[in-house]
Amino acid sequence: MSDWIIAFKDRFYVNFIKDDRWQYITNGLWVTLRITFFAVILGIVIGFLVAIIRSTYDKTGKMKIANFICRVYLVVIRGTPVVVQLLIIYFVIFASVDIGKMFVAVIAFGINSGAYVAEIVRSGIMSIDKGQFEAGRSLGFNYVQTMIYIILPQAFKNVLPALGNEFIVLLKETSISGYIAMEDLTKGGDIIRSRTYDAMMPLLAVALIYLVMVMILEFLVRKLERRLRSSDH
Amino acid sequence: MTTDNVLISVNGLKKKFEGMELHALNGVSIDIHRGEVVFVVGPSGSGKSTFLRCLNLLEEPTEGTILFEGVDITDKKTDINKHRQKMGMVFQQFNLFPHMNVMKNLTLAPVKLQGKSVEEAQKTAMELLERVGLANRADAYPNQLSGGQKQRIAIVRALCMKPDVMLFDEPTSALDPEMVGEVLNVMRELAEENMTMVVVTHEMAFAKEVASRIIFMDQGSIVEENNPKDFFENPKSERLKGFLSKVI
Repeated sequence: MSDWIIAFKDRFYVNFIKDDRWQYITNGLWVTLRITFFAVILGIVIGFLVAIIRSTYDKTGKMKIANFICRVYLVVIRGTPVVVQLLIIYFVIFASVDIGKMFVAVIAFGINSGAYVAEIVRSGIMSIDKGQFEAGRSLGFNYVQTMIYIILPQAFKNVLPALGNEFIVLLKETSISGYIAMEDLTKGGDIIRSRTYDAMMPLLAVALIYLVMVMILEFLVRKLERRLRSSDH
Repeated sequence: MTTDNVLISVNGLKKKFEGMELHALNGVSIDIHRGEVVFVVGPSGSGKSTFLRCLNLLEEPTEGTILFEGVDITDKKTDINKHRQKMGMVFQQFNLFPHMNVMKNLTLAPVKLQGKSVEEAQKTAMELLERVGLANRADAYPNQLSGGQKQRIAIVRALCMKPDVMLFDEPTSALDPEMVGEVLNVMRELAEENMTMVVVTHEMAFAKEVASRIIFMDQGSIVEENNPKDFFENPKSERLKGFLSKVI
């Protein structure tokens, strides 16, 4: 038993302490968190915009062209792997432009997430009873005001679990950032592996950190959900 | 009555729903005067709800014009949102906003649309709540209320905008029988205060008691209209006679 502990200590030292290798993990974590944070924001903005355009078209038949563009966007993004999208955006679209990898990653993951957020939010908007819309309009609110004051708050509440899930998926998907040579959390662990020839220790550490982050996210979503549910007695 | 008193003037109103063979409304013309309480009755599918929902353009008419306070609201250039503020509407399914408490339900539109201060809007709302006997439910959420309470709140919500006309779309049809009375009482009081009302309903006894005029619709047209007494005692058309024999 004590042999095992000593062996573990040695491996821990080699993988994380020696040459300050733990910095691959912390720096990588910081990169992962930044990509996720900004991609979530971009995803929400794109997602809500697309959802509102799509449901406006569904409800009123207006915004035909915008709706068509949105549908093409959804088909393309949801029909291709995110890693391919990331590579195309980095190596094709921004090939001749000198631009930060962080920016590219945020754009790629944000655009990707936006497609999923859009369909989640749209399903939320469409799930709100038509009478809510009519009640808003009959009081004199215009279309946009009715959306903002009456429809979206209810829709958001209904889709919160699905949105939380989407952001958890997004957090984990950023682990492919290594494809464009970004040193995110996953890549950081992999670099340690290539230095120490010990796969288990760094990769398990990486997995554990993802797990903890996901659990924290889930906790926060549940808390927010409970607060929003306060009106459903 | 002089024409100055005409609040809503409907002319040749037609409505055809997409994919439907027949017109839901087939040329309806009527003048509704200030202070009048007009009841619209008829068999289901007769177009009475469609007619009511056309009055504030929740349904867009296919043809015809609607003058509200002298303004053609079917004109594309008219800002319908402004005129809807003056037309309160009460729905069969109440349609209260479930994510807001009663007070917020009542004050949202006056504050956001009429530029009232929150205090001012709340004061008006409280006075009206007291009148319908629900002042103690101001902080409740719609899900905590009974159907009758919900509908009374929905009426108050429309009244908070100080409308010139109230449109009722089968306001008691979704209620349990023991709750119908409390809603009808509120409507009766409104009628006594000379609020202009257009009511689509199946409550014939109530219509007879409160209406200043009753309109019978069938197959998208107004078949007959009369004062309540003659409407029930001396129906002229065969279709109205048939209808009355079934519902009374």
